[in-house]
Amino acid sequence: MNRLLERLAPFAFGVLALGLWQGSVWALAVPAYVVPGPIAIFNAYLSDYAILNPALLSTLTVTITALLAATLLGVFLAVAMAASALFRAAIQPWAVILQVTPVVAIAPLIIIWVNQPFVALVVCATIVAFFPILSNTAAGLAATPPELLDLFRLNGATRWQTLFLLRLPSALPNFLTGLRISGTLALVGAVVAEFVAGSGGFASGLAYRIIEASYRLEIPRMFAALVLLGVSGIVIYAALGFLEHFLLRKRNAA
Amino acid sequence: MVSLRAVSKQFPSGTRALEDINADIETGEFVALLGPSGCGKSTLLRLLAGLEAPSTGQIAWDAGHKPGPGDIGYVFQDATLLPWATAAENVYLPLRLRGQSRAQAAALIGTTLARVGLAEFAGARPKALSGGMKMRVSIARALVSNPMLLLMDEPFAALDEFTRHRLQEDLHLLWRETGKTIIFVTHSIYEASFLASRILVMSPRPGRIAADIRASVPEGPNRRECAEYIALVHQITETFRQVMPA
Repeated sequence: MNRLLERLAPFAFGVLALGLWQGSVWALAVPAYVVPGPIAIFNAYLSDYAILNPALLSTLTVTITALLAATLLGVFLAVAMAASALFRAAIQPWAVILQVTPVVAIAPLIIIWVNQPFVALVVCATIVAFFPILSNTAAGLAATPPELLDLFRLNGATRWQTLFLLRLPSALPNFLTGLRISGTLALVGAVVAEFVAGSGGFASGLAYRIIEASYRLEIPRMFAALVLLGVSGIVIYAALGFLEHFLLRKRNAA
Repeated sequence: MVSLRAVSKQFPSGTRALEDINADIETGEFVALLGPSGCGKSTLLRLLAGLEAPSTGQIAWDAGHKPGPGDIGYVFQDATLLPWATAAENVYLPLRLRGQSRAQAAALIGTTLARVGLAEFAGARPKALSGGMKMRVSIARALVSNPMLLLMDEPFAALDEFTRHRLQEDLHLLWRETGKTIIFVTHSIYEASFLASRILVMSPRPGRIAADIRASVPEGPNRRECAEYIALVHQITETFRQVMPA
């Protein structure tokens, strides 16, 4: 019973909040170009979905490509850093610098340097997304139980055997935690890059539609695009959560 | 089987863990390394396993006994199983690392798990096993490559007393039946007296061998109560009283 209530609570809260919102908009007679109510937003989506859906698809393509690139880059760097202390010392400060530099600040440069707009957006989103995967995977690799490393040594394991049969599986839970953070960051990175690129960039993503709608004071459409972004974020987060549950079910099975 | 000649170990921090250790381990012995925390008994085990090198002195293996991969079985204080693998997969690991296929190894994995009384738990993952069962899997993993020497580092220290007694009895029986050479680190006088055929008493700071005691407790169901056992416990206690720094 309690579980069911907990499941329903976010939806109930959402319906309540939307009701209050719509009620206030009606009661205070706020014009739709300032704050549209949920119904106006829904109507905007219904009339504009031919523009908004391809824009969503474009943003998601950038997000997912960037997440894949961030996974490859993050895991590769983490493994290399675990294998060589020298490599770690050389790379770590630069990874941190890349992480703390706001992507808004470097996106204009990347968009100038990378000719292909899609690639430029993916590069920006990857820069935002790869760090949690790198740092979590590196922490997981470093936390491999030393007794098991000894056991592998005593049995004459090769470096590759130690990596694939011990270190990487040990780091899997940490990697998945990082992946879940990076999934939502990749979306943020894609949106930021689209904002910076503006019409000079790919000119088709959701962020571009938001800018365009704001110039034209089409506030309901802006909100509709925002809702799509929010839902995408939740879906990505939940999907990665499901992946985590699925991959770790073996070791959690009692 | 192996001789320790004036072995000492100093860590980079300056700690002298072991000093002037001399001992000959014979094939088929059950040796207990007995001493308080910090006497270097685990370090001595790691030196024997080749996981660390002595600072001075040498560890000389008899001809034909130089250990290669899989010749030394090692059991740690924790079971340290792969949490994502079943009991059978954990026992398979040492064979897998040396390129045996699962099909080749299947029969041996089965008999080894049965040897430690876990035949029915081959498919269970560590999370579903009790502490004692996990330790049994860990022992099976050490035995599966048929090592010439079994090194055990306080394997039962974290178990409750009932489980510990059962495992001690089973390990002693396993030693009598297989004749394996076992070196067993412990800080329990009772455990050493019950299990071992020979007890090396160690004193701390720096770790030295203070006494080398041959045990002659008769086998049988009253091993823990018989006069020889009580006399041995008494003898070891007296030895510690003399060698321990105040």
